[in-house]
Amino acid sequence: MIKGILTIALIFFTITVVICLYRVIKGPTLPDRVVALDMIGVNMLSMIAIISLLQNTTAYLEVILILGILSFIGTIAFSKYIERGVIIERKSNR
Amino acid sequence: MTILINSVIILSLLLGTFFIVMTAVGLVRFPDAYTRAHAASKSATLGVLFILIGVFIYFWQIEGTYNSRIILGIVFIFITGPIGGHIMARAAYFSGVKPTERTVRDDLKEEYERKKRSL
Repeated sequence: MIKGILTIALIFFTITVVICLYRVIKGPTLPDRVVALDMIGVNMLSMIAIISLLQNTTAYLEVILILGILSFIGTIAFSKYIERGVIIERKSNR
Repeated sequence: MTILINSVIILSLLLGTFFIVMTAVGLVRFPDAYTRAHAASKSATLGVLFILIGVFIYFWQIEGTYNSRIILGIVFIFITGPIGGHIMARAAYFSGVKPTERTVRDDLKEEYERKKRSL
């Protein structure tokens, strides 16, 4: 029962990743693409959670935390680049 | 008791899957960058929360191992998901991405022009 539901959830996540890839390729502006890439990261995180349920192991649970942190850092860096043109600013008044 | 726990896990996983699929529908059908950021930040965060809660209850009640890593992941995603959406929409506005032409009012525009003139 629960195995079938997990497989159906994985199939739906795959469809969602394909739709996000469509938005990454076609999206008219850069923020659309970044939002869709962030969405793909979140999706991969939940796919890994479901795969760890399917394989019945707790070895993948660090991957969830690290993928969350990495996708957040990527989104912040891209938004700083879009807004100001640089990611790490130099010190002024020197 | 096992039936109750199993039904809670299954309901949580189904709700999470539903919210994530609704996020994909929002990414396709919404007209501009702001509404897409709205859809992606809110409902994806909620869907991942439901799925991680289901996984946590499974490993806690059925396997018997208490994983604090999943709780830490839930708290981290709950804090950083809306922040990422907000900063992305802000960067989109200040870099000149136009909202859709069906917008009726734009409150940030006057404030932005006033700030830019005063600088």
